[in-house]
Amino acid sequence: MYTQALNAKDAVVEAAGPEEAGRNGRFQARVDAEERIEPNDWMPEAYRRTLVRQISQHAHSEIVGMLPEGNWITRAPSLKRKAALLAKVQDEAGHGLYLYAAAETLGTSREELVDQLLSGKAKYSSIFNYPTLSWADIGAIGWLVDGAAIMNQIPLCRCSYGPYARAMIRICKEESFHQRQGYEIMLTLCRGTPEQKAMAQDALNRWWWPCLMMFGPPDAESQHSEQSAQWKIKRFSNDELRQKFVDATVPQGHHLGLTFPDPDLTYDEAAGHWRFGAIDWEEFRQVLAGNGPCNRQRMKQRRDAHAAGAWVREAAMAHAEKRARRAREATGAVAAAA
Amino acid sequence: MSTTSIALAESPLLALVLRRADDALILGHRLSEWCGHAPMLEEDIALANIALDCVGQARALYEYAAQVDGRGLTEDDFAYRREAHQYRNCLLVEQPNGDFAATIVRQVLFSAFIDPYWRAMMGSADAALAAVAAKAEKETAYHLRHAAEWLIRLGDGTAESRARVQAALDDLWPYAGEAFESDPAEAGLVAAGIAVDPASLRPAFDRTIARVLEEATLTRPTGSGAQSGGRRGRHSEHLGFILADLQYLQRAHPGAVW
Repeated sequence: MYTQALNAKDAVVEAAGPEEAGRNGRFQARVDAEERIEPNDWMPEAYRRTLVRQISQHAHSEIVGMLPEGNWITRAPSLKRKAALLAKVQDEAGHGLYLYAAAETLGTSREELVDQLLSGKAKYSSIFNYPTLSWADIGAIGWLVDGAAIMNQIPLCRCSYGPYARAMIRICKEESFHQRQGYEIMLTLCRGTPEQKAMAQDALNRWWWPCLMMFGPPDAESQHSEQSAQWKIKRFSNDELRQKFVDATVPQGHHLGLTFPDPDLTYDEAAGHWRFGAIDWEEFRQVLAGNGPCNRQRMKQRRDAHAAGAWVREAAMAHAEKRARRAREATGAVAAAA
Repeated sequence: MSTTSIALAESPLLALVLRRADDALILGHRLSEWCGHAPMLEEDIALANIALDCVGQARALYEYAAQVDGRGLTEDDFAYRREAHQYRNCLLVEQPNGDFAATIVRQVLFSAFIDPYWRAMMGSADAALAAVAAKAEKETAYHLRHAAEWLIRLGDGTAESRARVQAALDDLWPYAGEAFESDPAEAGLVAAGIAVDPASLRPAFDRTIARVLEEATLTRPTGSGAQSGGRRGRHSEHLGFILADLQYLQRAHPGAVW
């Protein structure tokens, strides 16, 4: 998930003199008072780094996430679905754009962030390293992947960093719409022919476990969450969010008439929670390490698009410079004539 | 069996509507292929936006085509259940995206025709077409502006961009003229004030192209630009592949609802 960035440990340890400790204290007091931190405010370097990492990882996830869904735009089975999917993928590009802009308010340029993605230094959500094999995957991504994203992102609307919190409000509105759209695709398939229903079941079978992994490792192994919680960047733990997602999603799946690929999934009456089986964390580690089914393919597509577009970006820069020069010359000529 | 393609008795009005609808759908399809692969994020958004406008125009026009046909067909029947030879789009819009220069040249050539076309069609005696025109004209004005700005940037950019965009212009120019062709059936609609004679828009097209090419420091290709056949269903090899993608699910699952 997008907040997987919060599970990476920061290598640099903050040096804290007495003056620094005072500023840190005042900063934490503002955070505790639920004040929003704005770009020109003082903030601890580690706070800045954590946010750049998380926001840019979120942005990268939106951009890489365009690929598995974009895969089905030309093959969408009706004009209505085609328009909706195209609009959805376009929304993701828009999310990427304003998340990069939010990250830029922290002093890192979009070019640097994109370079980090393309060089493999920055991560993106593990989920987009799985393939979209049928039309039902477009439904499953909307329902499950966007559903999981919402669980993570709604609390981020109250994130202590103002630009990120405000970006998340808009993103969450659009993601909720995407999620309903995805569920509606699943519902249509489940009410359709036996082949369509089988397509929906197969998609759930393939996406369920990777979606549970989106929330990141279990709390016991999550190294970075405590500091992020103190800074009010992350307000719920990985396991809390994962449970919330399972509780919300299982009844929706049953309403579709689908079964979950988890023999241990049972309802705990006393606790009011759906209890699920053991997650294969080795698979998660492999995907993060670059060994998922589509890691190489996704990165290659991004690198190829970037490389193939280099001459276009250069031309745009060259043209802008020419125009600026001509404008200067024209102004100079007018001044000389006067 | 519903995989069977639909058979159409193309009245002059239906043929006219399908020309416009098929141009829009096929161009929108091509543009949508860029999604996620554009030279920059802003352009991913812009190309998707133009593609969405095109698909939207196609949907409105197919809906009207269904009404004209009068047998209860849907927009999807027109898009998903016709063979390549039943498609009435011009050859230009089905040409592959190529590099970004080719996509931009294709867009400029098409938009420089369709934008004045829709503006003129706002005065059509056919209320449905006039309504489509009123909405489409706002969109195509933006498409033309966006593509022309890029043509100028690429032409008057670097040596490489100039060479690429001139090559794309030379390659696509032969397809530019087809949009202005019409047939005797269309002439009847023109006489009735329902349609605009495409040939009458050629001077406006030529002025736009001359202005943009001059600013882009590009050379207008010589030659008459005589590739055509799309309006009669004689397409290039590319359309079959487009339809193989576009229609695959509907053809594989006859009668299914999506």
